[in-house]
Amino acid sequence: MSAIIEAEGLHKHFGDVHALDGLDLTAESGRLTALLGPNGAGKTTFISAVATLLHPTAGRLRVTGIDVAADPRSVRRVIGLAGQYASVEPAMTGRENLEMVARLFGLDKHSVKAAASSVLDQLGLADAGDRLVRTYSGGMRRRLDLGASLVGRPRLLLLDEPTTGLDPRSRMELWDAIRNLVADGTDVLLTTQYLEEADQLARDVVIVDHGRVIAAGTPDELKGQGGRDVIEVRPRWGRELDAVTEVLTAVAAEPPRVDHDTQRVSAPVDGGADQLATVVRLLDERGLSVDDIGLRRPTLDEVFLALTGQPIDSSDTDPDAPADAA
Amino acid sequence: MTDTSTTLDPTPTAVDEPHAVGPAPHGAGFATAAVATSRRTVLQFFRTPQLLMMGTIQGALFLFMFRYVFGGAISTRGALSYVDWLVPGFLVTVILWTGMGAASGVAEDSSSGVYDRFRSLPIPRASVMVGRSLADGALVAWGIFTTAIIGFLIGFRPHGDVAEIVLAFVLMVAAGYAFSWVFITLGLVAGNAQAAQGMSMLVIPFSFISNANVPVASMPGWMQPFAANQPVSVIINAVRSLMQGGTDVVGIGHSTGYWVALSLAWCVGIMVVFGTLATRVFSRPQ
Repeated sequence: MSAIIEAEGLHKHFGDVHALDGLDLTAESGRLTALLGPNGAGKTTFISAVATLLHPTAGRLRVTGIDVAADPRSVRRVIGLAGQYASVEPAMTGRENLEMVARLFGLDKHSVKAAASSVLDQLGLADAGDRLVRTYSGGMRRRLDLGASLVGRPRLLLLDEPTTGLDPRSRMELWDAIRNLVADGTDVLLTTQYLEEADQLARDVVIVDHGRVIAAGTPDELKGQGGRDVIEVRPRWGRELDAVTEVLTAVAAEPPRVDHDTQRVSAPVDGGADQLATVVRLLDERGLSVDDIGLRRPTLDEVFLALTGQPIDSSDTDPDAPADAA
Repeated sequence: MTDTSTTLDPTPTAVDEPHAVGPAPHGAGFATAAVATSRRTVLQFFRTPQLLMMGTIQGALFLFMFRYVFGGAISTRGALSYVDWLVPGFLVTVILWTGMGAASGVAEDSSSGVYDRFRSLPIPRASVMVGRSLADGALVAWGIFTTAIIGFLIGFRPHGDVAEIVLAFVLMVAAGYAFSWVFITLGLVAGNAQAAQGMSMLVIPFSFISNANVPVASMPGWMQPFAANQPVSVIINAVRSLMQGGTDVVGIGHSTGYWVALSLAWCVGIMVVFGTLATRVFSRPQ
């Protein structure tokens, strides 16, 4: 297994803002690595550095072993970038967009046509290929944008928040497309602020906050690192939320969290199954009836909370996010 | 390359795709990259009816107003009728009005991530800017051509010989190409389309404080040195003399050759300064 991206002590300062603050990261070849973090964590800055769009203030960065600062041109031959906004041309057809990028990658006339057709097929856009992109839905534009980044057959795909602003169905279609690419042997680095996305797609997850890596591992390892298993209870009656919370407080290792939207109380516990039995007994003694009770591993959301002391807050969308969701 | 796997195929056929193992693409050369990116800008223009129509209608409206509303009150102080005097100057100012669109187009591409993609590709970065300027040069030529037809319809007739008239058009296109670098630079510096539009308002003094629509002699004395010597007026003198048969007919000093040479000098100067500036700004990493 070789490293496709190696970053050591990467710093990037914009005036007083330290967008990257000593970031260390190694992404292995042959898998998808997700950079997970809230807005302003430095994800886009890091992707831009890998894509040779900006010079780090300090530190070392290698892509497929090539030093990015010393030889950016060689790096550009092995990467494909899909930025935060679908940057395809609305006044051109899907096929024309792909052919233009393929041409810029240096493919000859024949290969350009073949590559564009193959990518359109691969992304399920064959039928729409000869329509102007202006008529595409937001999800189709994103898929085409992904296609534009891979039409030159790069070794490493860089995807910056590829599904931000998409509806759930388009998001899943894009996830499938990305999974297929990884299965075909393309390395992928993607940034996301959606925990579910990292959980679904990534073999390796790197959690970033304030320009630094605060944890890294497989989703399972991270959930293990986040520590304790969680007991989650949904009382039958909303009015009993407080009583249930009291019960959980008695056994929990940390104060329980109450989610009023879903009417659930959850609390990390030491000792898993034993504690679950205790909770069931205590609820029964007090005559509290429940709709649902269970012991589960922590979600990445809870891991993030445990590591940073604040929720990642992926629920509210970025006000600057493109409003092109169909 | 017989990949038939679709998006929703749960079991992608893994190894028959020579995807990641082939040699890395070497990247397009300068000319290929410039042509491919300029084609995008040209298609964007001709396939966006708003862009296509707005420019033409705006040009026609201004031409109508000067010809029929203000024209009667303006004396050319020479041998030429107002419409014959006006149109050559007006054609030169088309360069400026078209350029405003170029500035906001460049700003749009900067902020929308299009240029980030181009910068991440294995092509010479300067080729993207050269591509843009070629496209803008072509769009200026289109604007001048359509405006010339409108001018002809409202009574404009050139009096120079054919070679001179052709040379006048060549000079205008060359000037349009040179000025496109100014607008590309503005677009890159502005950062977003609205700011670029605002900065492009700079074209108003260059367009109106010139000899395009009224003779400089009718302006107050303090304004005349700028109005007579700024590059747009110099180019207008050259184009007007070429189209109408010499500096005597137009009523200005020097020879036609003098104004053409001075115009070309301005074009080269503008191109060198702003061409360097634009490619520097575009190519430098942040």
